[in-house]
Amino acid sequence: MTPPAPAESRVMRPVGPLVISIEGVTKLYQMGEETIHALRGVSLEIRRNEYLAIMGPSGSGKSTLMNMLGCLDTPTAGKYEFNGHDVAHMSDDELAEIRNREIGFVFQTFNLLPRSNALRNVELPLIYAGVKANERRERATLALESVGLGNRIHHKPNELSGGQRQRVAIARALVNRPSIILADEPTGNLDSKTGVEILALFEDLYDQGNTLIVVTHEEAVARHARRIIRLHDGLIESDRFAE
Amino acid sequence: MGRLIYEFNEAVRIAVAQIRANKMRSALTALGVIIGIVAVTLMGTAIRGINIGFDKSLEMLGGDVLYVDKWPWLGAEDWWNYVDRPYIRPEDVINLNRVIDASDNSELEFGVFSSFRSATIKANGLSVSGVFTRGTTADYGRILTADFAEGRLFTDAENEAARQVCILGSDVAQALFPSRPALGSTVMVQGQPFQVIGVLARQGSFLGLFSFDNQMVMPLGAFRKYFGVRNDNTEIMVKMRDKTRIDQAREELTGAMRRVRGLVPGQRDNFSINGGEAFKEKLDPIKQGITFAGLFVTGLSLFVGAIGIMNITFVSVKERTKEIGTRKALGARRFTILLQFLIEAVSICVLGGIIGLGVTYAIFAVVKATMPTFPIEFSVMLVAISMLVSVVTGVLSGIVPAWGASRLDPVVALRYE
Repeated sequence: MTPPAPAESRVMRPVGPLVISIEGVTKLYQMGEETIHALRGVSLEIRRNEYLAIMGPSGSGKSTLMNMLGCLDTPTAGKYEFNGHDVAHMSDDELAEIRNREIGFVFQTFNLLPRSNALRNVELPLIYAGVKANERRERATLALESVGLGNRIHHKPNELSGGQRQRVAIARALVNRPSIILADEPTGNLDSKTGVEILALFEDLYDQGNTLIVVTHEEAVARHARRIIRLHDGLIESDRFAE
Repeated sequence: MGRLIYEFNEAVRIAVAQIRANKMRSALTALGVIIGIVAVTLMGTAIRGINIGFDKSLEMLGGDVLYVDKWPWLGAEDWWNYVDRPYIRPEDVINLNRVIDASDNSELEFGVFSSFRSATIKANGLSVSGVFTRGTTADYGRILTADFAEGRLFTDAENEAARQVCILGSDVAQALFPSRPALGSTVMVQGQPFQVIGVLARQGSFLGLFSFDNQMVMPLGAFRKYFGVRNDNTEIMVKMRDKTRIDQAREELTGAMRRVRGLVPGQRDNFSINGGEAFKEKLDPIKQGITFAGLFVTGLSLFVGAIGIMNITFVSVKERTKEIGTRKALGARRFTILLQFLIEAVSICVLGGIIGLGVTYAIFAVVKATMPTFPIEFSVMLVAISMLVSVVTGVLSGIVPAWGASRLDPVVALRYE
């Protein structure tokens, strides 16, 4: 699988102020008769300019925690503060606004709009943020250039390779200058060579001062992070910083 | 505000892309709306045509003329109430005109006596039967709404002298003199020769029941001489000064006729005042019925079209569930998603509406070319109403699926395959 990154790039950067603060968060799902405890009381703090991996087998609550961190879902109980905002009790539209401004999503399946070119895909979060057309175009072009796709901005997703598609998705995640970038199995649909390229790009983003949260079940991917959280049965099993 | 405009633009853009990507599906869906819009606009125009035709017919009767008869034109089911009334006699008209002349600020101008019956007219081997024949005085010229195609009405002198002259309706003239001019020719009525001194211009029929072109007018003197002086088909035509004050005119005429007939308070009228208004009152409910039923039936076809739109919007939402999840993750609010699918539904409807209007326009052009007298008109109003109906249909049929899409849980939507 993915070989570990060269040691010299594994520099631990000083962390910044608190971005995410979770305290005693639980999440229950009703599946027919059964109640599923996806999270049983998770507490976690994430600071600016961290590079964090969340690991765990399926059913560990990994996806639920990711949805929670990404403000796609709210906890059943517990406290969740994002940059000081209490997101645990926000409405759908308020959460949408937080997602738009504060979070950049990178999905395993890229989730690009198939009929829109790279530029329009990257512009999308800016449209929802109400940014003017000229500025939108400028910023989206810059974002695409920063992921090395400056010469592909008018290509549609089906004209791009898997790695290029994921780069478009990363540009889209970056374009609104979010507080965190949340990547869900970002290399899961890529061959190992392309996966390495994407992880190298993450390394660059980290060096530029971005905050990265990668959800993965691959040790090789997680090893790139500076901090690894392992979940088991809805609880944090371990939370270790790279030495 | 800016964001709303961008999101609106974005929604329109998505809708256009979506329609282009699914041409066949969009076309079939729009077809339902096209049929609906064509049906509704055609029906709306037909109803308008009926109303215009009806008003035209009333105008032929003389919009400013009231008729005093023994019988009411409509609503005389209990005939025993009317059968013992006296006939209208020529003296009644003379007395009535005296009363009118004597009153200040009268709503009425004058009355004209008229006697009528059905007759058979012959000329150069041809014969027309069932012609509505009216004997009247020269004042009739001031009441007649039809124009003369050629010739003139008889004069007072000709009437006094009971001259055997006549004016023919256009159908009668056409039937008797297919190849040569009717004017100046002689026709035979009751075995007597009558000289044709006038032919009326074509008028059409009253509500398709009574043709104004199948008539003949002659001096009252001649009429009474050859058809007898029996008074069972007589009436007074009374011209009013202002047809917008018909109620006042009717009231004054009733009072005047009561004086003529010497009725004392408490006695019932022994005459009836008739006019086009009577038909209007009788036919208005029928017209409303036609309007309601017609619009209801055609509205149903539009409703079926709307269900098609609703269905396709549900499909569109379903197959783009993951896209909705992605958009929500990127910050689309509920309203954004709602707008997106609503505009998609409205776009298909408006597209259908525009094509439907084109089809209607083509149908109108064909109808106009083949039947020039048919009262249909392609108007700006029609365009505006059709577009409004299209947009409303789009909103109504798109709102439920679009609302459903806007409420999707992003976690569930993102996981959808």
